[in-house]
Amino acid sequence: MEPHGNGAGTAQSTKAAKTKVAFYWCASCGGCEEAVVDLAEAILPVLDKVEIVLWPVALDYKLEDVRAWRRGEVAVAFVNGSVRSSEQEMWVELLREKCGLVVAFGACAHLGGIPGLANATTRDEILANKYQRSPTVDNPRGVLPQRDTRVDGAELELPELWHSVRPLDQVIDVDYYLPGCAPPPELIGKALLAILAGQLPQKGAVLTTDKSLCETCPRNPTKPAELRVERFRRIATEAPDPTHCFLADGFVCLGPATRGGCGERCIRGNMPCRGCFGPPPGAIDQGTKFLASLGALTAGETEAEAAAVAATMADPLGTLYRFSLPASLLRARRVAKEVHR
Amino acid sequence: MTTRPFEPKILGFLCRWCAYTGADLAGISRTKYPPNLTAIRVMCSGRVDPTFVVKAFADGADGVLIAGCHPGDCHYQNGNHKTMRRVALLTRLLAQYGIGRERLRLEWVSAAEGDRFARIVQEFTAQLRQLGPLAWQQFVAAEN
Repeated sequence: MEPHGNGAGTAQSTKAAKTKVAFYWCASCGGCEEAVVDLAEAILPVLDKVEIVLWPVALDYKLEDVRAWRRGEVAVAFVNGSVRSSEQEMWVELLREKCGLVVAFGACAHLGGIPGLANATTRDEILANKYQRSPTVDNPRGVLPQRDTRVDGAELELPELWHSVRPLDQVIDVDYYLPGCAPPPELIGKALLAILAGQLPQKGAVLTTDKSLCETCPRNPTKPAELRVERFRRIATEAPDPTHCFLADGFVCLGPATRGGCGERCIRGNMPCRGCFGPPPGAIDQGTKFLASLGALTAGETEAEAAAVAATMADPLGTLYRFSLPASLLRARRVAKEVHR
Repeated sequence: MTTRPFEPKILGFLCRWCAYTGADLAGISRTKYPPNLTAIRVMCSGRVDPTFVVKAFADGADGVLIAGCHPGDCHYQNGNHKTMRRVALLTRLLAQYGIGRERLRLEWVSAAEGDRFARIVQEFTAQLRQLGPLAWQQFVAAEN
């Protein structure tokens, strides 16, 4: 199969030349960088084939270095983190221009991720909380970060914080998605080897299985034929049985509305699936797809009873879109009368 | 240019057995109701995936009506009960997005209740005129 762009192709054509690979981060926690480090000795077989030309967490490279790259010179950029500032936008647009392939690496780049929960509130609220209201903040003049500032006659400019968080593909064209918070080393290794071998899947593919997590869940046999949720329970206040299907016991587990292939790491740690791999193909909105299935399986024969059961689910938005709020159909909370530029 | 009063766009999911037949009855009885509702016939209100509702709001609807058979009358025994339970959760979810309960309406309309259907559409339209446009694209999707 002919690889997309010219980066991966040219790198393969000369045997001595190493494939150039870039890593970049936007709004992220560093867990995805850790996932690369966690490849450990699994990375050895590819080390003599690749050259890492950009990796801010580990290597010192400047913006000018990247600007000097020839178009297509770098085969693939793995970008983690969601995008919410003008600086991040500038960087990802530059990487898109210079690199043959762009892979959205991890849940934040793929779906918005945990930083995407900021879309449940507003930029103004976030800034006020962080810089003015928080009890540990001492800011008597109530100064907030500004894009343009004058200090001693000099104009200073900071990156602009956007009103909302976006996954990578709402900012630039994305070739592939490596899902997960963080992506498991096995999936990263498989993706790297496929790219090096030029065996690329269809553009836009999420590099894991298309089946939902329940298909491979070790607790699947304990799922009753008919689920019935009398009330929702929380792992914060009640300990789940370590062998039962979480849903059967009323714990919200996003397994039915989430792609598998993660290795069921959370399930084995007695943590219900929180949905970091995103919805399976065909489901365009992870949260409402979950409601479509589980919502019908709650108890309640009257509207009042159904409302009482629904009220036991704490924070539906944060629970059903823990990793995918910016990629949901509605994307962010609506704030009436607030005029954005 | 004259400014026209706001006319809400309402998407209605009507079950084929009761609510849609009720709407038909309103039509053949020549009962008047506002033209703001666009009806989509579904086999059962239980077919209405909550995804349809959020997609309607995201794509410009100011209100969504789901109408099915009265509880106990479902052609498929309990499809409307499933909708009732989904809507209970969905309204809580929508509230967190900033979409109030008054924009999503769940109603039971039998095939004989043409007048009731017309009244629901009249009330809902009037209510949404008061509330004003949801304008999801303008408020959320278009901003950075």
